Parts: sequence; C-alpha cells; structure tokens
Amino acid sequence: MAFSARYLRRRLLNGFNLGVSVLATLFGLFWLGWLMWTLVSRGLQWIGPSLFTQSTPPPAAAGGGIANAIVGSLLITLVGVVVGTPIGILAATWLAEFGRHSRIAAVIRFVNDILLSAPSIVIGVFVYAVVVARFGHFSGWSGGLALSIIMLPVVLRTTEDMLILVPDQLREAAAALGAPQWRGVVTVVYRASLGGILTGVMLGIARISGETAPLLFTALNNQFWSSDMSRPMANLPVMIFQFAMSPYDNWQHLAWAAALLITLAILALSLIARILIRANAFVK
Amino acid sequence: MNSTPRTQAIRVVPVPHRRHGRSALADSFFRGITRLAALLVLALMVGILLVLLVQAWPAFHRFGWHFFSGTQWDPVTDQFSALASIFGTLVTSLIAMIIAVPVSFGIALFITELAPAWLRRPVSTAIELLAAIPSIIYGMWGLFVFAPIFSEYAQPWITDHIGNWPLVGVLFQGPPMGIGIFTAGLILAIMVIPFISAVMRDVFDLVPTVLKESAYGVGCTTWEVVWNVVLPYTRVGVVGGIMLGLGRALGETMAVTFIIGNSHDISRSLFMAGNTISSTLANEFTEAVGPIYTSSLIALGLILFFITFVVLGLAKLLLLRMGTREGRKS
Amino acid sequence: MRSPGGKSVIENPKLSINQLNFYYGRFQALRDINMNIAERQVTAFIGPSGCGKSTLLRTLNRIYGLYPDQRATGAIMLDGRNILDRDQDLNYLRAKIGMVFQKPTPFPMSVFENIAFGVRLYERLSRMKMQERVEWALRKAALWEEVKDKLHQGGTRLSGGQQQRLCIARAIAVKPEILLLDEPASALDPLSTLKIEELIAELKTDYTIVIVTHNMQQAARVSDYTAFMYLGSLVEYADTSTLFTNPARKQTEDYITGRYG
Repeated sequence: MAFSARYLRRRLLNGFNLGVSVLATLFGLFWLGWLMWTLVSRGLQWIGPSLFTQSTPPPAAAGGGIANAIVGSLLITLVGVVVGTPIGILAATWLAEFGRHSRIAAVIRFVNDILLSAPSIVIGVFVYAVVVARFGHFSGWSGGLALSIIMLPVVLRTTEDMLILVPDQLREAAAALGAPQWRGVVTVVYRASLGGILTGVMLGIARISGETAPLLFTALNNQFWSSDMSRPMANLPVMIFQFAMSPYDNWQHLAWAAALLITLAILALSLIARILIRANAFVK
Repeated sequence: MNSTPRTQAIRVVPVPHRRHGRSALADSFFRGITRLAALLVLALMVGILLVLLVQAWPAFHRFGWHFFSGTQWDPVTDQFSALASIFGTLVTSLIAMIIAVPVSFGIALFITELAPAWLRRPVSTAIELLAAIPSIIYGMWGLFVFAPIFSEYAQPWITDHIGNWPLVGVLFQGPPMGIGIFTAGLILAIMVIPFISAVMRDVFDLVPTVLKESAYGVGCTTWEVVWNVVLPYTRVGVVGGIMLGLGRALGETMAVTFIIGNSHDISRSLFMAGNTISSTLANEFTEAVGPIYTSSLIALGLILFFITFVVLGLAKLLLLRMGTREGRKS
Repeated sequence: MRSPGGKSVIENPKLSINQLNFYYGRFQALRDINMNIAERQVTAFIGPSGCGKSTLLRTLNRIYGLYPDQRATGAIMLDGRNILDRDQDLNYLRAKIGMVFQKPTPFPMSVFENIAFGVRLYERLSRMKMQERVEWALRKAALWEEVKDKLHQGGTRLSGGQQQRLCIARAIAVKPEILLLDEPASALDPLSTLKIEELIAELKTDYTIVIVTHNMQQAARVSDYTAFMYLGSLVEYADTSTLFTNPARKQTEDYITGRYG
C-alpha cells in the first residue's frame, strides 16, 4: 500500500503525541518512585525499637525516639475524627435524604467543595484566632479542632456520594413497612452504604494525619511527653518540620524516620480506602 | 360481598388519626439535627470569613490600598504590605500550571485511550497516591534531595544556555542555589498533577462512545480523535480540573515553605528566593509580635482565602456544568 | 352494573377513592378518579405505561409523601377515615397497607432480619415469638422450604424470584390488611412469575390485594376486578371477566385487543 505524504504526516504526529503521553505518565510515576526511594533510603536505617519507646531527645544527644510525637499525633487526630465524622455524616444525611434538591442544599454542597480544597493554613489561622488567642496558649485541643474542620468536608462529600447511590426503592420499601424516616435511614440506608461511609472516614484520616500547616499555630509542638490536651502537644508533622529544618544530625535522622512512618501509614490507609470503595455494592 | 368468616386471625389495628406522637417527634428531631449539621458547614465558611476580616481590619485600616501595592515587609518599623507574597503565590502557581497541565493531559490521555485494561487502574491509583503523600514530605525531599541535584546539574546548564536569551533569559539568571521560586513551582506541579489528571480522566470517560467511534470511522488517528472530539467535548470540565489544581497550588504551604527560600524581595529571576502568602504565614505567624504584625499576617490569610475561594468556586461551577463533580479524592 | 366511575360495582368496599387528583409538581398525573376497592379480592390496574396506574397505587399508602413536590387532592376512605388528611399518621397507615415493588428490595441484612425489621417497628416480641412470626411469614410467601437453612445469610444473596417473595413475606409479617403490588413479577423469569401468581391467589383469602401490571394475561389470571386507565383517567372498571370479554368502552377494547399501548 502506498501512503500519501499527508497520511504519513498524520501518522507521525499521532505516534509522536501518544509517545509524549506515555512519557508524561512515566514523568508522574518517576516522582512517586523517587520520593518513596528517598524516604526508604534515608529513613529505614533509623527505625528501631527506641523510636517507639523514647521521647524526642535534646539536640545532638544520642538515642531518643518519637514516642511522644506518635502518641500526640494519635490523640490530636482522634479528636479531629471524633468531632469531624459525626457532623460530616449528619450533614451528608440532610443533603441526601431531606434537602436533596433544595437551593440551600446546592449552596451547602458548593461551600463544602470549597472547604474541601481550601488552604489548610487558613484553617489554622482561624482556629488560632478563635481558640488559641482567646485562651492564651497553644493546645492539643485546638489542633484537634483544626483537623476536624479539615476532616468534615471530606467525610461529608464521600458520605453524600455514597448515600445518593442507595436506590430510592430501598427507602420506599422501609417507609412502606411503616418505618419512620429516621429509622429507615439509620437501619437501612446507612447499612447499605456502610462500606462507603467508612471509606470516607479513612480518606479523611489519611488527609488529616499528614497535615502540618494547621497544627503550627494550634497544637504547636512539645519536646516532652505530654498527654494533657490543654497544653502544647508533640505531633509528628510539626516535629518533622522542626527537626528537618534543624542543623542537628540526630534530629534530622528522627525526622526522616518519622517521615517514612507517616507516609507508609497514609499510603496504606489510602490504598485500603480505595479497595473498600470498589467493594461497595452500589458503585458500578 | 365476601361474608365468609376469616380463616386466619388478622390483627385489626385501628389506624390512629393523629400523628403518632413519638415517631413523629423522633423524625423531626433527626431531621433537625441533620439540618443543623448541614448548616454548620455554611456557618463555618461565614465564620472563617468574618473572623479573618475582623482580625485583618487593623492592617487594612492602617495601610489602606498600599497594603496591596507596596513591597515593604519590615517587622522592625511595623511596615507591611502584601505584594511580594501575592506575587510569589501567583508566580509559583503559574509555573506549576505550565508544567502540570500538559503532563496531566498526557496522563489522562494515556489512562483513558492508550493503556491496556489491566494497566489503567494501577497507573491511576499510583498517580492518585502522589496526592496522598503529605506536603511536608515533598518539602523535605525538595530541600534535601532535589535542590542539591538541581543546583549542581540542571541550573548551571539552564543559566548558561537560556540565561542569555532575549526577554526570557532574565528569568533564569542568578547563582544556582537549588531552592527558589522555580523549584517551588516545579514541586507544586508534581503535587497538583494527581488532582488535574483525575478530573481530566473522569471527564474524558464521559465522552459518548458513539462520538469517538464515528470519528474513528472516518479514519481519524487516536490523537485526532482526542484533539478534535474528546477535548472540545470536555473543554468545560478540563478547565474546571485546571482551576481545581490551581486552587490547590495557591494554598499549598509546607512544601513551599521548605524550598522557596523565604525572602520578601521581588526579583526578576525565577532562580532567586521568594515567598508566598502561605509560606510567610507558616514562617512568621507564631513569632509575630505586636498587633499590627499579626493583623497583617491574618490579612494575608484573608487574601489567600479570597483568591482560592474565587478559583475553586469557578472550578466547581465549570465542573457542575460538565455534569460531574471533581474526582473523588482528598 | 359496570360504570366508568366504578362506584356501583362494589358494596362495603375496603377502600373508597373519591375525586382523586394527583400532581407531580405542576403536571397532573391523575384526573378525578372515583372507585371502590373490594375487601379480600384482587383488584388489578392495567393500562399503557404512563397511564397513572402506578401513581394511583402509590397514593393508597401515601408513599408519594416521601417526595415534597408530589401531592394528591380528593379523598381515599379507609375504615371511615380519609387517609389523605393532613394529620394522618403515615407510618401507621403504611404498616396497615403493605407494599411490594417492581424490583426486589431486600434490605442489606440477613433473611431473618429483613422480616424482623418491620415487625419490630410496632411489636415487641420474644425471641421465640419472633422466630414463629418469621417462619409464618416465609411459609405464607411460599419461601420457607427454600431458605430455612439460610435464614442468617444476606437477603441480597437470594435469587431474584426468592428476593421478591422475601419482600412479600416482609410485607405480610407486619400483618397488614391491604397489600399493594407494583408490577411484582415484571423483573422475574416465567417460573418465578408463576409462583408469585399462585401466591397472590392464596393470599387473597386474608388480604385485600391491589396489583399494578402491564401484563394483561396476568391481570386476567389473578384478579377479580380490573380497572383500565388511560392518560391519568379511569376509563373502565368492572369485574375481570366482564372487562376482558365484553368491554363497554371502545378504548378498553382497543387496548385489550392490542390495538395500542
């Protein structure tokens, strides 16, 4: 077959552009690989038992761990989850079950999607102004509150998406048995979308557990062991920030070890959430 | 008409005419509490805006319009203006967009049109994982791993070869420090690629198969189908995805704080240190002394919130028009 | 004997519908419906799709009330009360009037829990009594033999025909007086359809049954009375054999002989 020059040119353009598209994908994956390699090669060697049993050491001292930061992070994240999750689920319930087509629901969805991507540092400034400045000191509570404000839109969004996937016929079937609406929602609709709601919570946890910016002005950090939520509190992200920026070798080592740990935990959460969401019965 | 006695005992419940008190009460309680939670989202948004506005007011009042146009940022003399930070924010985001948009398009094209079925999901998941990695990790990696390599190998070459070009050359001059505006933009690009490519992928999937098939039917190549059919059909959604990525880039904090160099000067070269609104906040907020200093920082936060509000709002409106909602991710 | 209004056909009706109009937003879906529904008989609503037969069924337990833009005017009398009254307790009403939908709607819980769910809403039974009730309902729905060994498996894991009978059992378990069936067999294979039809014949000794169907043979097989509807109006209502063998209206005749619809 003889190809005209014009056809050849089209074929060439096609091949070239598709080749560039493959390169673009490799470009994206390349950074992921490089980042992970960096974390493993710089962090793995400093992970040992003492990391989980000892508190953060003074500069240039031997030993030490990040136990206080791990516990602090868990506590602050827990507050964020415990406050943010129920509000997010309830609000999503209103949007999906009661206000679905109303104008105010559309406005709330709009605002929620903006909060979902809003700069987290502004949330930190907000909580600083409302809580920290009023009480005069940084605290674990205010850190948890800032995280809950970041958690809320994630949970709301995923939960609403999941509730809407539940067929209306299931709601009608519950009502047709004489079930009050709240009961139909709680026992039938929630149960039908349980996997999806859990996924939303996990994505929310994955999102907030690496957040640093909102904690800078709220929980701050704490060199020592503390489980007093009304005081400044050690936490992994801010600890990583301070230690990584310090000139001390031992602090930098701990920062890399902590960075590896927190990234692995978050990637695992995200992956599990993705698998769960695909297992949901109503997602095509 | 049917007068045979019942064979099966059927409970006859008189239908009460009144609303059954308890279940109606429980229903309205449930409805009320969910409504309250939903309204809290609105209250939160209004609250953030109000609190920031009130706290920023002293700075706006004192500096007036000069706050937006001046370049001074001097805690010693209490003179503050936002231009350098706004400039840095916009420029780093612009660089990020210039890099991230074509790359994201390539990735979306690869995933929707080229990849074999078994490869689609792993590749999209891997790209999405880029969004899950905490910002601070990007910062550490950028400062300690990427910047040294960049300054040693890439920067001198770029300065030598492009630095003497007319017009654009000035953007790439200066000592190779590794960090600075350009590096910040590049790392922002990597961070927003997953957001933009996910939206592009989702809207590309919305193109009706018949449309694509009829284009292939007249002999189009894959590229011609994408360029002439898919892209025009999804234009609104694609722009929405870009705006979403832009909104993310504008507000990104920790990675930028690590690598931008934190200088309140506006320089012409992209290889020089600079500042963004969020990095200024992250660096100075806890150390700010005096009401005007703090108020000026909060005013910066308000400006950032306002810019991202407009950008993200636009993104959302465009995506609504496309009939989809932004990719499901956090 | 027969009339478009259908009033005179039935004495001592279980339900009496008077001047019923129904609206989806501004669209009027039912126009001035008047009919009586006989106690412990099977009444079928037939007509081309979009004629309002399902809408009419959905007014009888006010399930349309879940959607704020839908409303009905007129009266539907049940035991001397108008169930369209504003202060009607909807939950009680629906417990008294069971409903089965076109597609099976098993809840995401076990077979046993599916049935116990409705019962628990209005009765507090001991474990024993509850087990008896579940078995009774499953036997009534001709499903017991097939599921007695998998009571605690998920209801969604049954076959389509079994799921639909599970939904009938769930509706019966609450002991309603009236059963509304909205094309209950349209999503099922012929064998499952046959089972459902046999079930309807048995259930009518205890329950007043109203069935919507797009299948005229099915209406002819299972019902005692048939109403033909067209464009939101009740065209003709008579006992089933009369309506199918000797329709009074031309429209009805055209439809049952397959000339439109």
